[in-house]
Amino acid sequence: MKWLRSILGVTLGTWLLVGLGYPLVMTGISQVLFPYQANGSAVKLGGRVVASRHVGQYYHQPQYFWGRPSATTPPYNSLASTPSNLGPTNKLLLDHVKSRIKTLQDSIPGLKVSQIPVSLVESSGSGLDPDISVQSALIQIPRVSHATGLSRGFLTRLVDEHVLGPQFGVFGRNRINVMELNLAVYRALHPHA
Amino acid sequence: MSIQTIITWVVVFAVFALTIKPIGTYIVRVFTFQPTFLDRVLRPVENGIFRVVGVSRDDTMNAKTYALALLLTNMAWALGAYILLRLQGALPFNPQHFPDISPLLAFNTATSFTTNTNWQAYAGGSTMSYFSQFAVLSYLQFVTPATGGAAAVAFLRMVSGKKIGNFFVDLTLMVTRLLLPLAVVVTIILVGQGVPETLAPYLHLRSITGQAQVLPRGPIASFEAIEHLGQNGGGYTNANSANPLENPTAFSNIIETVSMGILPVAFFYAFGVMTGRKKTAWTFVGVAGTIFVGMLALIYFPEAAGNPIINALGLHTHANMVGKELRFGVGGTSIFETSTMSFTTGSVASAHDSYLPLSSLSFFLGMFLNMVFGGKGVGLLNLLMFVIITIFLMGLMVGRTPEFLGKKIETKEVTLASIAFLIHPLLILVGSAIAVASPLGLQGIFNPGPQGLGEILYGFSSAAANNGSAFGGLGAALPFYEVALGIVVIIGRYGSIVAMLFIGESLLNKRSVPETSGTMRTDTFLFGGILWGSIVILNALTFFPIMAIGPIAEQYLMMAHHLF
Repeated sequence: MKWLRSILGVTLGTWLLVGLGYPLVMTGISQVLFPYQANGSAVKLGGRVVASRHVGQYYHQPQYFWGRPSATTPPYNSLASTPSNLGPTNKLLLDHVKSRIKTLQDSIPGLKVSQIPVSLVESSGSGLDPDISVQSALIQIPRVSHATGLSRGFLTRLVDEHVLGPQFGVFGRNRINVMELNLAVYRALHPHA
Repeated sequence: MSIQTIITWVVVFAVFALTIKPIGTYIVRVFTFQPTFLDRVLRPVENGIFRVVGVSRDDTMNAKTYALALLLTNMAWALGAYILLRLQGALPFNPQHFPDISPLLAFNTATSFTTNTNWQAYAGGSTMSYFSQFAVLSYLQFVTPATGGAAAVAFLRMVSGKKIGNFFVDLTLMVTRLLLPLAVVVTIILVGQGVPETLAPYLHLRSITGQAQVLPRGPIASFEAIEHLGQNGGGYTNANSANPLENPTAFSNIIETVSMGILPVAFFYAFGVMTGRKKTAWTFVGVAGTIFVGMLALIYFPEAAGNPIINALGLHTHANMVGKELRFGVGGTSIFETSTMSFTTGSVASAHDSYLPLSSLSFFLGMFLNMVFGGKGVGLLNLLMFVIITIFLMGLMVGRTPEFLGKKIETKEVTLASIAFLIHPLLILVGSAIAVASPLGLQGIFNPGPQGLGEILYGFSSAAANNGSAFGGLGAALPFYEVALGIVVIIGRYGSIVAMLFIGESLLNKRSVPETSGTMRTDTFLFGGILWGSIVILNALTFFPIMAIGPIAEQYLMMAHHLF
């Protein structure tokens, strides 16, 4: 009986402290300190939420820059994040990579395989990767330009402006947030939005 | 290798180097009941819990009652978790109205979270209510690493000639003095980086192309913090720390990596302070540290070089980016994965199933050895088990009575250490053999060829080492794996803990033998080398055959551009 009391006591005590108290208090503190981040880093356009800063979105239209391949169903399903889990010697992996190369070449005339970064044809870990490499954006400019009528020079400048350097100058690598770049394209196409 | 990769690694190693002494010393002060800086705030809370429990700080048990208290309390949590998961639909904080969890999944989840494994046969974002996430799963991610830590503290007390202590006291202090303060700090940093922490429902939005998107939210940051600090590894969502909601930036990736390691590393130093043998502790740090660095190199270099089959296509860059996120790069991802496999956390920032064979070898190494710092305290116990076996082997070789910490190592200790050592490969190899021999087990394979065998082997290794990561292709939600792995996690977890507690007590009750010039010293470079060698040889003898037909075979096939 003494043990029952001890076990229930220690369980209940720690549960009130770290099972309930900790998450609820931390939620309170976070809402005060970082209300924007704590609620999902929402990006707004004309008062309407159109994205989260950190979570990738699916773009497959010719007038927008495309992100990395996503293994979720449908692509970029943020409710069901998952990688492809394809192993290094799985035939499907090679087939997928080849067909993605073909899709890119079909949509961008004159694109050479040696210009395509490997990250643009291999799927990400979450299926929600928000970023692409700078080279991945640059090679898509001809397609976006053709579909939107925006000049290549303007789009190149847009890409340059959207390069995110390493965090604090030292962590991670140069990359581009696809959603932010496409938002800029959208703004250029809809000046009054 | 980019300058950013080097800086990332240097920062991680620097944090471990700078925290090992202060945190290690702090651990000893807390568990020898000396004053520490949080006394004023936390003492009243702890005293409240102790009053309900009916113990006082300096109460003590013996190895048998300590082990029994540990086991019964853990059983109570598993049962409680099972019940709460089964009732999910009727409980509060469920804005997405997720239904009750099925019996098999609830069993698997309750056992795997109670044993600090955090193997997940479900996708969190579409299965678990906020209440299940924080009041059940996040709670268990506090108390189960605290259980392992308590066992280690009890062992350390005994080998330094003190009474074993009281399990309920140790458990409580582990939560209040170590995990909670660190979790508060880490949560705030993570939220600042963009990890959500809210009770608001999922966010529904429409993108500029008109596509609907539903963002899972919830108290993710507080979950993430304890997931890593406790070497738990249970992710909030399916993709775990690869998901930008759980790990949004290169810096959050470093914070999570560091969070996994600071306590296990500090426990090595705590051993030195507690027993008064700091040099021996540094020898152990050297042994585990060199293996850690070796694992990091074994992951980074193959991944940075890329898959030769894909490289043959002549793309713009060479690196294996399958299942990796761009914001961490190969360097940031590699140090995260090395940590998760060393500290037996089991959270992942990328897809392990898609790694190249040599990198997989490094993952397996972490799970087989289970002492590359390991889980908080538990890794130290595993290392000490190898130390006892090594001392015994050395004693045989030179014909002296083996001694450790001034106590004779005799039949009982060696028998218990051997049992603790053998349980691990037994669970992994026999478990995998059964799975491979039965159609039920084979059904779970996703990738064909040697990688498929690797998936099964990884599952059982992960369960036995209480790691919790997976070759994600494996059909973990199949009833066969839910049950088999649910059983393996229990034996893998408690078998070695209980054995080590009894070794500790047996050593405690022995008379100290004075050190002479004939005593084998455990604080020398020579001993470190022999320990390193015995760990590698013992494990190579056990696991090399299965590795040869798994990742090693696959490496050669990949080099020959063979596809399955």
